[in-house]
Amino acid sequence: MSVALETSHLMRRFGGLVATNDVSMTLERGARHALIGPNGAGKTTLINLLTGVLAPSSGTIKLDGADITHTSRARRVELGLVRTFQINQLFPGFTPLETVGLAVSRRLGLDRHMFRSIGSDKRVVGACVEVLERFDLIDVMDRPTATLPYGKQRLLEIAVAIACGPRVLLLDEPAAGVPEGERGEIMDGLAALPADVTVLLIEHDMDLVFRFASRISVLVSGALLLEGTAAEVAADPRVKAVYLGEDAHG
Amino acid sequence: MKSGNIAAAEAALRRVSAVKPAEIVFWLAALAAFFLLPGEALLFNEVVITGLFALSLDLVLGYGGIVSLGHAAFFGVGAYAAGLLTTIGVTDPLTGLILASLATAVLGFLTSFLVLRGSDLTRIMVTLSVAVLLKEVANRIPSITGGADGLQGVAPGPVMGVWEFDIFGQVGFGYSLAVTFVLFVIARRFVFSPFGWSIRAVKENQLRTSAIGIPVSRRLVVVYTIAAFYAAAAGALLAQTTQFVSLDVLEFHRSANLMLILVIGGTGYLYGGLIGALLFKFVQDALATATPQYWEFWVGLILVSLVMIGRERIVGLPASILRRLRGAA
Repeated sequence: MSVALETSHLMRRFGGLVATNDVSMTLERGARHALIGPNGAGKTTLINLLTGVLAPSSGTIKLDGADITHTSRARRVELGLVRTFQINQLFPGFTPLETVGLAVSRRLGLDRHMFRSIGSDKRVVGACVEVLERFDLIDVMDRPTATLPYGKQRLLEIAVAIACGPRVLLLDEPAAGVPEGERGEIMDGLAALPADVTVLLIEHDMDLVFRFASRISVLVSGALLLEGTAAEVAADPRVKAVYLGEDAHG
Repeated sequence: MKSGNIAAAEAALRRVSAVKPAEIVFWLAALAAFFLLPGEALLFNEVVITGLFALSLDLVLGYGGIVSLGHAAFFGVGAYAAGLLTTIGVTDPLTGLILASLATAVLGFLTSFLVLRGSDLTRIMVTLSVAVLLKEVANRIPSITGGADGLQGVAPGPVMGVWEFDIFGQVGFGYSLAVTFVLFVIARRFVFSPFGWSIRAVKENQLRTSAIGIPVSRRLVVVYTIAAFYAAAAGALLAQTTQFVSLDVLEFHRSANLMLILVIGGTGYLYGGLIGALLFKFVQDALATATPQYWEFWVGLILVSLVMIGRERIVGLPASILRRLRGAA
């Protein structure tokens, strides 16, 4: 098994606060890995470090063995490191088709073309339709994103990431705010991901985590508490203590 | 994948960039103005040039989301460059226009790095400062620019070697209209290209744009540079067709009026600048004739109501009245 994503001794301080504390973790290619932890544990900060939104205070990040600690955000995406956002980050005035179309154009390297219409390339249209079908967005593909129901916007959030052609996909609470009944659609979309795509899932919905992930890391106060299989983590008394609100260091 | 879905997606994408009948009517009307209203050529020439200038701001503001209150910097530099070129022997108008615009595009490229970061307020201050600085420079080097007296001896040759500029402005208007049309068609292709979409994406959501791998800063640099080229072309047209350049081309009111024009016409659909320029000019003219002392008050009132009530509602008013009448009947 080759290593897809690896961090070593990753640190991020905000003044006196250590948001990410000496995190070293390894994701195997094709892994279905979940990252859990109580609110404020630093999960989103970690994603921001991995994707280059924040720069680490120290430590390194490697993608497919290459150091990307100081690589630009856009370049990381080109290399296949793609994320979704906990709070929807979409283009309100674009339709889902245009949103996905732009991501696909970028992946195919067509986004530098200035004098060619966006729909003129068959590969773009084909790839768009494939992604939109998979996430059940075909019926609303021609409506402005701002007018879509929240559940659909949530699906689009993931669909855009998929359209970027990720090798490593970081999902930041994909089911956040989605009502129980509509989570199935998101699960189906995730289950249909190609097996060689490595996924790191951050999620509070334990049901979703245990169904999806084969390995789980627990983050508490910015540091890794433990890592193991789903069964090991579920059985660990320290995890229970953290989630029941008891003193994590006790 | 269903083939019906692919056809539907293709059709939807094509529909966005398809030429609409109203657009053909618009340009035919412009052409008609050239042939049918020769007496108004001087006025129309001014309108077209302002429209092209506003189109440039639309690229920056309506597509790129960069607020600029110093766009006259590029207009003015383009005008001076085109004027100076005729004094050193480059008299062919088109050559002069392209050279002046390219030179200004370099300036646009260099100053674009100043507007990449910061809030709208910072950008307003920075763009404003650049324009003020340039105006002061033009004022301080009268040996080159003519200073406060303006640049004398601007004498462009005939357009395409055939049409001499006349005092009634016929050739000038035709030339400006043709240049504006060509630049408009190029801009239209540009905004519907993948590159154009990526620039609109930057305005919609920078975080997501970078998250799909599009380098936000580089996109803004490109659109700002292109807009500088367009603004300079408008300035060059003014210099060539009026055969005079004064410090007025760099004045603050030019940048401020431009913003008003774009607000009147609407941003983000390319025609806003042209329509806004037309409305602004004619409203200004009509009001100045009706109330020579207080016309500025009325212009102000119209602008405030536009902003407060909203353009969509005013434009949609006839339709909604019609709907109510039909509903009542």
